[in-house]
Amino acid sequence: MDSLAAQLQMQYRNYILSLYQQGFLDDQFTELKSLQDDGSPDFVAEVLSLFFDDCVKLVGNMARALDQTGTVDFSQVGASVHQLKDSSSSVGAKRVKGLCITFKELCEAKNYEGCVRCLQQVDIEYKTLKAKLLDMFMFEKQIVQAGGIIPQVDIN
Amino acid sequence: MARDGGVSCLRSSETMSVGIGKMESPPLDLDEVHVLAVDDSLVDRIVIERLLRITSCKVTAVDSGWRALEFLGLDNEKASAELDRLKVDLIITDYCMPGMTGYELLKKIKESSSFRQVPVVIMSSENVLTRIDRCLEEGAEDFLLKPVKLADVKRLRSYLTRDVKLPNGNKRKLPEDSIPVHTSPPPPPPPSPLTVSPDSSDSSPPLTVSPESSDSSPTLSPVEIFSSPLSSLLDDEDDDVLSSSPESSPMPEESPVRRQKMGSPGLSYYIKLGSSKLLINMIATCVNKFFKITTCVYLSHN
Repeated sequence: MDSLAAQLQMQYRNYILSLYQQGFLDDQFTELKSLQDDGSPDFVAEVLSLFFDDCVKLVGNMARALDQTGTVDFSQVGASVHQLKDSSSSVGAKRVKGLCITFKELCEAKNYEGCVRCLQQVDIEYKTLKAKLLDMFMFEKQIVQAGGIIPQVDIN
Repeated sequence: MARDGGVSCLRSSETMSVGIGKMESPPLDLDEVHVLAVDDSLVDRIVIERLLRITSCKVTAVDSGWRALEFLGLDNEKASAELDRLKVDLIITDYCMPGMTGYELLKKIKESSSFRQVPVVIMSSENVLTRIDRCLEEGAEDFLLKPVKLADVKRLRSYLTRDVKLPNGNKRKLPEDSIPVHTSPPPPPPPSPLTVSPDSSDSSPPLTVSPESSDSSPTLSPVEIFSSPLSSLLDDEDDDVLSSSPESSPMPEESPVRRQKMGSPGLSYYIKLGSSKLLINMIATCVNKFFKITTCVYLSHN
């Protein structure tokens, strides 16, 4: 029904805007969306899926590196943080990227307590983002099912 | 997609199974620009592949400097038998990579006789001036700050239009008036910016990223792609540190090597700046001029 699709589109728009306003996403996400077209309709979902796989792997690496009894190899932690920073930057995961920047400084300072706290935050943050983006994709699916098209959201 | 490390390159809709020890490249369409992308991050590889595909480049993506050298045939003394068919127009590499950095890869490429002329672009997430200077001094064409955007890649594409654009070729009309005699061949026409069709998907493009949803109706919706359970993911990781994704994520078996063909039927015809082709062009121009001169001489005598 038209009104349902229109309603969903409006909700979708507001939702996307809120993600940007709350700092979950930045303009690299917009860039990523612009790379998607009819020929590659699932590009964004696929990249994000890989990103979240990366998060799981790298957070695991960091946790293991910080869990060493004895001396913690901060360079090893830092290497994983760097990789996560790069990935999050590439997909526009702004909060995750910001945390990684802080995390990197903590590694360089060899601040064990700080690193452990930061790791916990990173873990929460990427999972939160994943849930948010899952909701976004659900919205898109609902819009399409209601016969509407997914609107382009102008961030500005 | 190079989810399991190694090389990813897809040629049209075929996936080629190539072992690490025997890397083959199929004969390349000489009209298409071939870019070798090097990045240890899978996410970044997928993004850069997409960016390059959109700008109508063929892409081979590898996950390390060593694999890049292996692909180029620079990892051993003897020249690769496949080298004649291996045409790489641009190499774009991440700076920070485990093992061999992008800088080290750059040096090795510039030391090689076969590939030193190939422009190399470095990408880095860190804006460190000394790093940038070092790379440029070593011969890097450009230095891109990550995250790389489409505008950056389009700009890179313009380097590759040093290639001579061939207009109508021999279909020039003969002028009625006498023309001045040119003893030397004219310079090639100035390179024009590449007209990039923003939508390169006139034909359905081959898979860049699994699942194979881009070919026809998706087997998995974005939501389904997305909501693979987290718990099983960690256990299924393989030991390949670089660019592996857990098996439980919905990705089919991928061959490690594929080349991605990006069709660009709408683009102008380019002659590659291989010296033999330039020579042919020059000869053709000379012959054409000679023809005009003799015609004018003939006409002036009558």
